[in-house]
Amino acid sequence: MSMPSASSAASAPQVPQAPEGWREITLGQAIREALAEEMRRDPRILLLGEDVAEAGNPFKVLSGLVEEFGPERVIDTPISEAGFTGIGVGLAMTGMRPVVDIMFGDFLTLAMDQIVNQAAKVHYMSGGKLKVPLVVRTTLGATRRSAAQHSQSLHAWFSHIPGLKVVLPSTPYDAKGLLKTAIRDDNPVLFFEDKMMYQLKGLVPEGEYTIPFGVADIKREGSDLTIVATSSMVQVALAAATELEQLGISAEVIDPRTTSPLDKQTLIESAKKTSRVIVVDEGYQSYGVTAEIAAVISEGAFYYLDAPVKRLGALDVPVPFSPVLEDLTVPTPAAVVEMAKTLCGRA
Amino acid sequence: MVSEHLTSSEGRPLALDEASRARERQFWLSLYEQMLTIRLFEEQVNELYMSAKMPGLAHLYSGEEAVAVGVCAALRRDDYITSTHRGHGHCLAKGAAVDRMFAELLGKQPGYCRGKGGSMHIADQESGNLGANAIVGGSAGIATGAALSCKRRGSGQVVVCFFGDGALGQGLLYEAMNMAALWQLPVIYVCENNLYNEYTPNRETTAGDMLARPRAFGIHTEEVDGQDVRAVYAAAVRLVERARRGEGPAYLQCNTYRFYGHHVGDIQRSYYRSREEEEWWKAQRDPLKLLGSWLREQGLAEDSHFAEIERRVRAMIEAGVRFALEAPYPDPQEVAQHVYA
Repeated sequence: MSMPSASSAASAPQVPQAPEGWREITLGQAIREALAEEMRRDPRILLLGEDVAEAGNPFKVLSGLVEEFGPERVIDTPISEAGFTGIGVGLAMTGMRPVVDIMFGDFLTLAMDQIVNQAAKVHYMSGGKLKVPLVVRTTLGATRRSAAQHSQSLHAWFSHIPGLKVVLPSTPYDAKGLLKTAIRDDNPVLFFEDKMMYQLKGLVPEGEYTIPFGVADIKREGSDLTIVATSSMVQVALAAATELEQLGISAEVIDPRTTSPLDKQTLIESAKKTSRVIVVDEGYQSYGVTAEIAAVISEGAFYYLDAPVKRLGALDVPVPFSPVLEDLTVPTPAAVVEMAKTLCGRA
Repeated sequence: MVSEHLTSSEGRPLALDEASRARERQFWLSLYEQMLTIRLFEEQVNELYMSAKMPGLAHLYSGEEAVAVGVCAALRRDDYITSTHRGHGHCLAKGAAVDRMFAELLGKQPGYCRGKGGSMHIADQESGNLGANAIVGGSAGIATGAALSCKRRGSGQVVVCFFGDGALGQGLLYEAMNMAALWQLPVIYVCENNLYNEYTPNRETTAGDMLARPRAFGIHTEEVDGQDVRAVYAAAVRLVERARRGEGPAYLQCNTYRFYGHHVGDIQRSYYRSREEEEWWKAQRDPLKLLGSWLREQGLAEDSHFAEIERRVRAMIEAGVRFALEAPYPDPQEVAQHVYA
């Protein structure tokens, strides 16, 4: 199953009504629907985290779940990220399928040993005998005026670790389908939700669907330039592409959707077609996702490129509080447009 | 019921009928045999290291055998344990086979983890061993999560989380114990207090009363002589049955001593503990000698019993080492297998 139109989730649909069999929901609703449907399907699924039950988490993404599934399956924990993530690993190793909620991605630092040294390595260290079907749901993204310890996008760290899978949905459709796949996967999966996108609306079909990992989605087709964008940056890239169209530059926007596994083939094919590439991601630029993707494309499409692959990540500074400063740290459509113009010789 | 075995510490022989005597003899000699298996296994590990036949290094369990054997004797095969970097004893006591253990230590294909885990990561799902952990205290969350899983599934299983006194410095342990107490989980935290955090006496690392820590969470806490397998077993039976009845977590501190250094290469130890101290523990507090003396005093076993056991265990260890030395290494293509399930 695919979206009725590649860009309908991003720009407001031209038609006022959703096509037959599709409806418009927010990204937050998509997450909740995926969790609820999976929990109805499989009694082994438990949710654990801070304020996940009655509070429904600070973003209200989980509202209603404890009412339907009870406190035995939607479990409020103490403020102990390492402890309840470790409990998630133990649950997963012994026949349950936990979904652990790390409220802000910045708090992943507290659970780092349990994710990186335990969850990621158990299957390999045991010679393939033990499995850890664990989902760690968490958030990323700045511009919520939350300062340096509630605003980071740390998905690159986990993409670096063998044994982990990393998912970065950018639309309600992708969020629902990818979260279902994450829950059904037998490996530890880090699922990053952009906290500024919970209210983003988009079309999802009625009924069951899943989206496989490692399959990039072409959010918009184009011929002059490829913009590879993840999570929050997909909307930025699409806005930039609309502007570039006015300037006569046709931009293709590709969302890898998962950084581990990474759909190298689709990225390389697009680069071969357009010969110019910008990679946009909200993680810190240095040593980040943009660097890895740029390297993959440079190696895979070297003879087809007209220019070095350009990168745009978050500014390499702790995220500042003052809105005037914070807004300078995150890639914007204007910055992508400027870079694209330069790349296409139109600056 | 295992809990019916004699666990009184009194020296004088007990008046028992013949059937009971046979039962007692068989039970305690089987524990003696398990402890001796661990002791001789570790001697061989040391040999393999010294003769450069084993890659890496190993942390020997010698001296602490009564803890693993006494606790695991109180468990069902489908109960879970989590283990530590000093974990060979836990693995063997929970039911792992000597030959596949040696194979794992040598990085060979028939090893429990196909050679991918090594000494510090042996896991054996078949015997309920969720794995040794090379991060001190690293399995406190896993054990507690397994206990939540047992409770959710209503399986009647319990979990034992083994760790050393060094793990008392790790915050994860307290986070996990807090949740185990809140949710009344069937987990027993077994602290092997061998007095040293690697190369540092624990009086320099651990403030206050160690036992006050679990008690602060309202966790039922006991302390036992970890060199006396009968005392360890008796305590473990109490705590395991309690957990199985749904009465929640417990904490058992077993006071013990490691006869070797922190690892096989830790030979020069005088800067952190004296030779006299080591000799005293080996002479006076060896768990094998203590159980052997008691069995003799009770008239439950004599020299011929011990000689027969030793012959059997030595033969098994010898065969296990031979098996491991002759076993193939993993195929190079296995390096990229099992990264993902």
